[in-house]
Amino acid sequence: MSDVNARIEAEVKNNDVVLFMKGTPQFPMCGFSGQVAQILGYIGVPYKGVNVLEDQEIREGIKAYSNWPTIPQLYVKGEFIGGCDITREMFQAGELQQLFEEKGIAVKQAS
Amino acid sequence: MAMDAHEIERMIKAALPDAAIEIKDLAGDGDHYAATVVSAAFKGKTRVQQHQMVYAALQGNMGGVLHALALTTSVPQD
Repeated sequence: MSDVNARIEAEVKNNDVVLFMKGTPQFPMCGFSGQVAQILGYIGVPYKGVNVLEDQEIREGIKAYSNWPTIPQLYVKGEFIGGCDITREMFQAGELQQLFEEKGIAVKQAS
Repeated sequence: MAMDAHEIERMIKAALPDAAIEIKDLAGDGDHYAATVVSAAFKGKTRVQQHQMVYAALQGNMGGVLHALALTTSVPQD
């Protein structure tokens, strides 16, 4: 248990933007994961996709780690931002783009 | 496995008695819902915290028998 927590912690600390998802950024295997991947792609922010379907330990561990019952889960600079609904709401309000700016993460598209 | 809309509403209401809840069955299959929950208890909480409160009210059903619940939370306006 602490082992998987350490692995998750390493992922979210070593990568500025991490998306725990079903499938990969190129081939999402779930509509909700796909939506978040699409939003991040649209904003043009580099991120690491972690495919939970390939790792049962991470798939269960990430839910306990964030006290969040579903996948996808977006992390920015180690902080849990939200799942699909929150990410979409923030994107539509322009808050997600703002968040990347505030955290000093370069995006391709100016917000 | 699916969950009845009334059951979802009942569980949220039990945890957030003041909540105004609107639930839509998106696909008509009892498995993909959208819920809007408006409660004064969300005041001062982040979106993540607000959603966690609703998930807590659903007592582990979210992500289990309840596969998809698109959630929108807000504080009553007045």
